[in-house]
Amino acid sequence: MTSQEENFMRKIEADEKIEPKDWMPEAYRKNLIRQMSQHAHSEVIGMQPEGNWITRAPSLRRKVVLLSKVQDEAGHGLYLYSATETLGITRAELIAALQSGEAKYASIFNYPTLTWGDVGAIGWLVDGAAIVNQVSLQRTSYGPYSRGMIRICKEESFHQRQGYEALLALANGSPEQKQIAQDSLNRFYWPALMMFGPHDSESAHSAKSMEWKIKRETNDDLRQKFIDQTVPQIEVLGLEHPDKAIKWNEERGHYDSGEIDWDEFYSVINGNGHCNRQRVEHHIAAHDEGTWVRDAITAYNEKKNAKKAQNVA
Amino acid sequence: MNTEKLELFEVFIRSKRGLDHKHIGSLHAEDHEQALEYARDCYTRRSEGVSIWVVKSNDICSSQEDDAECFYDPSDDKPYRHATYYVLPDPVNNM
Amino acid sequence: MSDAIKQATLEYVIRLGDDSVVLGHRISEWVSYGPFLEEDIAYGNVALDYIGRARMYYSYAAELADDGRTEDDFPYMRSDREYRNLLLMEMPRGDFAYSQVRQLLADAYAAVMLPELVKSKDETIAAVAAKAIKETKYHLRRSRDWVLRLGDGTEESHKRTQKAVDQLWGYTHELFDMDETEQLLADNGIGVDVSKLRDAWHAMVSEILTTATLTVPDDSWAVRGGRTGYHTENLGHMLTEMQIVHRSHPGCQW
Repeated sequence: MTSQEENFMRKIEADEKIEPKDWMPEAYRKNLIRQMSQHAHSEVIGMQPEGNWITRAPSLRRKVVLLSKVQDEAGHGLYLYSATETLGITRAELIAALQSGEAKYASIFNYPTLTWGDVGAIGWLVDGAAIVNQVSLQRTSYGPYSRGMIRICKEESFHQRQGYEALLALANGSPEQKQIAQDSLNRFYWPALMMFGPHDSESAHSAKSMEWKIKRETNDDLRQKFIDQTVPQIEVLGLEHPDKAIKWNEERGHYDSGEIDWDEFYSVINGNGHCNRQRVEHHIAAHDEGTWVRDAITAYNEKKNAKKAQNVA
Repeated sequence: MNTEKLELFEVFIRSKRGLDHKHIGSLHAEDHEQALEYARDCYTRRSEGVSIWVVKSNDICSSQEDDAECFYDPSDDKPYRHATYYVLPDPVNNM
Repeated sequence: MSDAIKQATLEYVIRLGDDSVVLGHRISEWVSYGPFLEEDIAYGNVALDYIGRARMYYSYAAELADDGRTEDDFPYMRSDREYRNLLLMEMPRGDFAYSQVRQLLADAYAAVMLPELVKSKDETIAAVAAKAIKETKYHLRRSRDWVLRLGDGTEESHKRTQKAVDQLWGYTHELFDMDETEQLLADNGIGVDVSKLRDAWHAMVSEILTTATLTVPDDSWAVRGGRTGYHTENLGHMLTEMQIVHRSHPGCQW
């Protein structure tokens, strides 16, 4: 080990943060860029399924809540791109990787939002799962990522609550509304569990990420936390649990649960979700349509600077 | 794709009067004015600030980790800069 | 408050609510379609301001109507023929230039109208206006900057922006029309006499357009009808989408 590597590992072991200008192993940098940009892309692509319902929100209150929630996702995308850029890569490069398919985003967003209930389910379950993961990541070893997570966690506490509240209104509403809530729960529960990634034994990046303290808890541990916290929440809603095998295990102090359909997980990741192509195409279309706008402000600014220079001369 | 010519700005926010501006993140904008407006929209959605600074990231000159030894270590052997270095009798020790 | 004035005030508040919700809805259509992330977030704030304004007007309308209707009954349970918004607000999202030009025209209107509305003897209306004035100051700065950048940017952006100005101009005349309802309220110090505001609006908009190297259109055409429910075809489609969930479950809570 070189002295640089030793110094780096000493900091990691002492739980000191790594900061942008510090020396870091190239693999650490790459691993971070992969994970952080995937996280940023997830926020940005995640705007689409919920944004799909802004124009149809059933009350003005729900409309402003959803709008500000989706706006937060954009904000969180921005924080994360901003943190990733400290690793010496530009946002343009990150976006190019997203659009070419080289970079990934959370596969959950390849599922369609078909009813108003799905907006509630996403806030409650998808943001809920994301928060479990993000709370853990507040202790991640890279300073800018950790600070971004702290900020995001603080802002996101309303996301899960608004989603649950929306579902609660449905669950306590008419029989049709309750059916909508149950249907959304059924469709989003399992994909939310998949958000924690494959079992630890199958996870390609886990070991190294744990050693470098980029990840602080394993996929399965985080998933178990989420499973445990969700059971009473489903009970309060008065809905049926989608997992028929769910059962309290006194000895473990956790709920035992049924097996996730990993074939579906890999199938959706590999392009067979309802919305894989749509999500990326949407992003590309908006980005392309924005080209003339971005060109215009650049041209305007160049003219303005030229005028300023002329006035000085 | 390579049309992203927007510049990178660092954002600093004073959360309330009496406190320092604190670095909070970065954003892309065409010029300082636009950066300031976007900083308001992107970083103060929950009334987090009373004042914002934006600085072009390229204009920031940063110390290097390798410099740390010559930058900071020399201060380590100058304990006389700290109040605790001076031993005073108890009755006047709250000085 | 006499009955006639109370009725007129209710009608007036609904008009202002309709303007706000329709424009807010149009802006919200930009979410995830902005030219870059920062703009997506910023424009969302403007949408939130407008929809927030609509909620304040509609809850006051519910209070005035006092017939069991709530804030949401006004936007969700009326058809386009019952809507009273200005046509300018309902025009489709269009491209970014079109939206920003419409925004400028609407923001400039708010900038000349709200300082009058804030003097309203109706305290609720005055309070909404006071809040909206602050928001508008920021909105106008944004839309003005965008029109300057787009108008004096590239050849393409100039062309798109001029086209938007030309296509929207004819819908701005009715912004300054008065009818019996609004006259009654203006005479009683509750509403604004908008017919007196066109010069100030025209001067403000012309200055910005000219600086942006754009041509101020002549007043050769004018479409009117928003305040009487005689809308363009756009509003019906917008409301169909906006109201679908709410109307599919009559009487339900959300």
